[in-house]
Amino acid sequence: MATLQLHDLVKRFGDTEVIKGVDLDVEDREFVVFVGPSGCGKSTLMRMIAGLESASEGDILIDGQRMNDVGPADRGLAMVFQSYALYPHMSVADNMGFSMRLAGVPKAERRAKVLEAARILQLEPLLERKPKALSGGQRQRVAIGRAIVRNPGIFLFDEPLSNLDAALRVQMRIELARLHEELDATMIYVTHDQIEAMTMADKIVVLHDGVVEQVGSPMALYHHPRNRFVAGFIGSPTMNFFAVEVAGLDAEGVRVTLPGGGQCVVPVDGSRVQQAATLELGIRPEHLRLDDAGPLGGTIQVLERLGGQTSLYIETDGGLVTLMADGDVAYRVHDPVRFGFDASRAHLFDAEGLACESLKAHPLASLTRQDNRVSPQAAP
Amino acid sequence: MSMSRQPMASRHALPVKQLLLTLLAWSVAFVIFFPILWMVLTGFKTETAAIADPSFIFSPTLESYQAVQARSGYARFAINSVAVAFGSTLLALLIAIPSAYAMAFLPTKRTKGTLLWMLSTKMLPPVGVLVPIYLIFRDVGLLDTRTGLILVYTLMNLPIVVWMLYTFFKDMPKDILEAGRMDGASTFQEVWYLLLPLTLPGIASTGLLSVILSWNEAFWSLNLTSSKAAPLTAYIASFSSPEGLFWAKLSAASTMAIAPILILGWMTQKQMVRGLTFGAVK
Ligand SMILES: Nc1ncnc2c1ncn2[C@@H]1O[C@H](COP(=O)(O)OP(=O)(O)OP(=O)(O)O)[C@@H](O)[C@H]1O
Ligand SMILES: [Mg+2]
Repeated sequence: MATLQLHDLVKRFGDTEVIKGVDLDVEDREFVVFVGPSGCGKSTLMRMIAGLESASEGDILIDGQRMNDVGPADRGLAMVFQSYALYPHMSVADNMGFSMRLAGVPKAERRAKVLEAARILQLEPLLERKPKALSGGQRQRVAIGRAIVRNPGIFLFDEPLSNLDAALRVQMRIELARLHEELDATMIYVTHDQIEAMTMADKIVVLHDGVVEQVGSPMALYHHPRNRFVAGFIGSPTMNFFAVEVAGLDAEGVRVTLPGGGQCVVPVDGSRVQQAATLELGIRPEHLRLDDAGPLGGTIQVLERLGGQTSLYIETDGGLVTLMADGDVAYRVHDPVRFGFDASRAHLFDAEGLACESLKAHPLASLTRQDNRVSPQAAP
Repeated sequence: MSMSRQPMASRHALPVKQLLLTLLAWSVAFVIFFPILWMVLTGFKTETAAIADPSFIFSPTLESYQAVQARSGYARFAINSVAVAFGSTLLALLIAIPSAYAMAFLPTKRTKGTLLWMLSTKMLPPVGVLVPIYLIFRDVGLLDTRTGLILVYTLMNLPIVVWMLYTFFKDMPKDILEAGRMDGASTFQEVWYLLLPLTLPGIASTGLLSVILSWNEAFWSLNLTSSKAAPLTAYIASFSSPEGLFWAKLSAASTMAIAPILILGWMTQKQMVRGLTFGAVK
């Protein structure tokens, strides 16, 4: 149970600035996920919160207390490392009990806490084993157990599942979500994995080059990306972008001319755009639909059938476009296709890459993970 | 010796090639070992047989050993050797572990340079600093003391010990130490509970090497000690000067001098090889 605030946090290694002024508010019991491309500073930011790296500038507050000069063990948080970082020469029980041993907790109490954590994580039969004799998933659980026994207010996870195979990852993901509920703790989680981010987060923090691009619920990020980077980063496959020209502005939104001459009205705030300016239109592959009368067209370059869905990679005048279609579409490679989209699904980005604000918020944009648990009938 | 492992490594080679390689390995081992063998054999000869034409065939006798024993206490020198070799090793490890920790885990721009510079001091011929060290030792009363010898040996081995420990520590995953820090370990606890147990093979082989180097050292022991603190190397040397050259006695004394370290080395050879090739084969 703890809150976390970062104020204008900066980290420099020598002359290179790696974290460039990060502000963040994490509420009690929130599950916050850091995502971003490799090297953007996710681990560095997390290590600064943990106290393993010092802050060059700015403040780290936990429960309102400035923690910059407090040692890692005294910040009331625990970290699970990507490599697990178990102590190879200690048994599972000793691994989990190490922090208490250092703190001089009596043996019986230590044992009880270790057993409790082992119960939560189903590690009881393995307590006397050495890490060497465990599978990847079991090691992961021991690493989590080591964090749990410290009873931290904040859990930090740095890509904890990236060394596991796909099936185990799904299982651990579910287990972590369950754990979050059971432990009532604040969790901060770094991942590369879109699905982990979308499914586990209350709040996603998109980092890029040491800067926070956007903070929001998964659905807010998906439906209302603040800029082109977030639009391209969240969602898989990646959003398609076309250059379009502003043909008119009205109360409905911005009228744009698509490549190929078609027009549509995107329902966004046009107060910042000028007549005849060139903008970028973004539309997700799953929001494009095959339509013989559609305004866009091209030739299929690659076709990937996944069973339930088919991905079409279409060469158009505006570049390569990805389209997610039904699993049963009858097209083949090199077939010409036409397609269109619902303009309310489209996004417009100005020359700086900033998104024009939607005139109408998506109904799910303010949805939190908690809301998923409430049945629609019970909702007011 | 580790040479005998050769056939294992080339298990899939042609039998003839394998045989040749084995023969070669044994020959090299024999050439290296021959002087020691010859010394041991000579120790069991009579003085006349020892200076006669070299021969493997002779009637072994303990005559020389008895003579050596009768003359002066082997034990006194041996005790000095043990004290000095282990004392200096302990002191070197005590200094080197914190240094290597700092260099491996908290490196600065100058760490690499410092390491190389430390090693470069080993290129200086020791005789170059004999006079200053002798004078200093004389003035502070360290001549012919074990403490003095321990200090000199510690300084002599420190560069190698730091360097070796540094490479072992570098191989240790940093995450584990950070996990320890998150768990509340102080720097000392981090070293004591995590670093030392996990790098023990490396520390052991480093210590062993330091013991061996100190044990066999003759230059400083001959120049800085005379009787009280003289180790076994001085004991051997004492057989060549006052009584002329008595090959058999000299050999017997040498055999007795190297026997303990040879046995120690033999008992720990697995550990040694593992330590010295740690990181290279992982
Ligand atoms: N100790 C360090 N010294 C110098 N530069 C560093 C150090 N640690 C990290 N960096 C640099 O900081 C940047 C951010 O690194 P960081 O590990 O935080 O990235 P990341 O977002 O976690 O990437 P990944 O997804 O690959 O784990 C990188 O460019 C990295 O090279
Ligand atoms: Mg990282």
